[in-house]
Amino acid sequence: MSNSPAFAQPGPHPFGQHTAMHAGPVVVFRNVTIAFDGPPVLEDVSFSVAPGETRILLGPAGVGKSVLLKLANGLLRPDEGSILLFGEEISHMPEEQLFPLRIRTGMVFQEGALFDSLSVRDNVAYQLIQEQVPDDEIDLRVRDALRFVELEGTFDLYPSSLSGGMRRRVAIARAFIRRPELLLYDSPTGGLDPLTSTTIIELIVKERDVSHTPSIMVTHRIQDAFLLCNNRFDPEQGCMVPFPKGETDPSTTFLMLEEGRLIFDGSLHELISSQNPFVREFLE
Amino acid sequence: MALEAIEKSAKNLVLTLQEYSLFAVRAFTNLYRPPIYWPEFLIQADIIGFGSLSIVILTGLSTGGVLALQSAATLSAFGATAVTGEFVSLTMIRELGPILTGVMVSGRNASSMASELGSMVVTEQIDAMRALGVDPVRKLVTPRIAATICMLFFLTIVSDACGIAGGGLVTVFMNHQNGTQYLNMAWEHLRYPDIVQGLVKPLFFGYILSSIGCFYGMRTSGGTQGVGRSTIQAVVWSSVFIIFVDFLLTQVLLTLMPPL
Repeated sequence: MSNSPAFAQPGPHPFGQHTAMHAGPVVVFRNVTIAFDGPPVLEDVSFSVAPGETRILLGPAGVGKSVLLKLANGLLRPDEGSILLFGEEISHMPEEQLFPLRIRTGMVFQEGALFDSLSVRDNVAYQLIQEQVPDDEIDLRVRDALRFVELEGTFDLYPSSLSGGMRRRVAIARAFIRRPELLLYDSPTGGLDPLTSTTIIELIVKERDVSHTPSIMVTHRIQDAFLLCNNRFDPEQGCMVPFPKGETDPSTTFLMLEEGRLIFDGSLHELISSQNPFVREFLE
Repeated sequence: MALEAIEKSAKNLVLTLQEYSLFAVRAFTNLYRPPIYWPEFLIQADIIGFGSLSIVILTGLSTGGVLALQSAATLSAFGATAVTGEFVSLTMIRELGPILTGVMVSGRNASSMASELGSMVVTEQIDAMRALGVDPVRKLVTPRIAATICMLFFLTIVSDACGIAGGGLVTVFMNHQNGTQYLNMAWEHLRYPDIVQGLVKPLFFGYILSSIGCFYGMRTSGGTQGVGRSTIQAVVWSSVFIIFVDFLLTQVLLTLMPPL
């Protein structure tokens, strides 16, 4: 992956505007339960995301991972329990009060969820257009964001002419453009070939190590989780490099769901040494 | 077992009505609170208004022609073919213009709204919009409702005019009657209450067809099959509601503005 000048050095985010950072956990789930016309999809789930922390949410398909992610920014509401986003209780917050909080988060959806009728430029700049940022500044920031995901050439294209991997990378650029205080990735590598998956993970590693934005990444691919944990972004080489043997990223930790219940919360080392039969089966 | 099924259906119906009422009121009240998305309003006005023009013109011309043919055949038995113009213009302006335009535009646009919004729901574009801090009801639904109300009003005028013109063409070229007499009768017997009645209805019909189309689109579930289901429900319920509300409105307007 080539070096992006805008991201070569850690420091102020190159294409985002600065927003007031929140001290304390960015997201807190307390005994959260949710059901849809049947047994609970999530039951009594509690965890938190600290500033600068990357949490990888593991679990097989259909276990409630995407539901958990949508609960985190108020797209769904829990039946029981409470959720704090940037220190504010959002479980019963009216939709209109949620919008300012959601603007402070960036979300990458499973299939990208790009707007078909808009060009890549307008998709990436969607929030900036709503905020009536001048066109020249929008163009500049969109090009920066697209350079970050190495898709500068797609500026004028429409989503229908992009491949699955490219759509996912445009979705990442859209999530990053406003310098979010929290990033939510919903299976960003799902359905992609190994090479493209590695490219996507490299982007996530780059964002984690350059901007230190707290995040939750949902995945069922254990290899992606290990890749994220065992590598760091080297600004000098402009690419992802592995940590020395035995070392992992200390800010990257794991959660695991089994049939709607959180059965694991800890580091990579704790995950590997866990004796929980479900964890063992999942890892093997 | 049968009772349980009836109870479940009744509950679903009440729940749907409740959800629709809340949705429709919220979308309408957004018209009075900023931000108002004018570019979206203009785009929708173009799609709904100019896009529906051809079907409205064709429907109006044909309906006016049929009215002239049918009325002339009946009226000739009483030696009253001279009032064909009055019959066609009053029927078109008070009743057929608004309701046919409403049903035609509903078939074209309620379905397109339901399928477009439904596709956005199943591909998570609506969730993405919410996650980006934009209210999809305000951004997508309110402009469609405002544009439909506005354009259906003008489309109804076009339909009325085409209906009278269609009736005139049939009167002159097929019934071989006097065109001037037809136009005089069509014009002279029109009263303001007739015009008011004909132009109040499209405001209600526009609101009904767009809010139902958007409602079914926004509550789509179940993938592409769900989109198809939403589209059918949107067209069926908006058409049924338009015809039902037309009955109520006619009764109210006739009470408020009784015929001479």
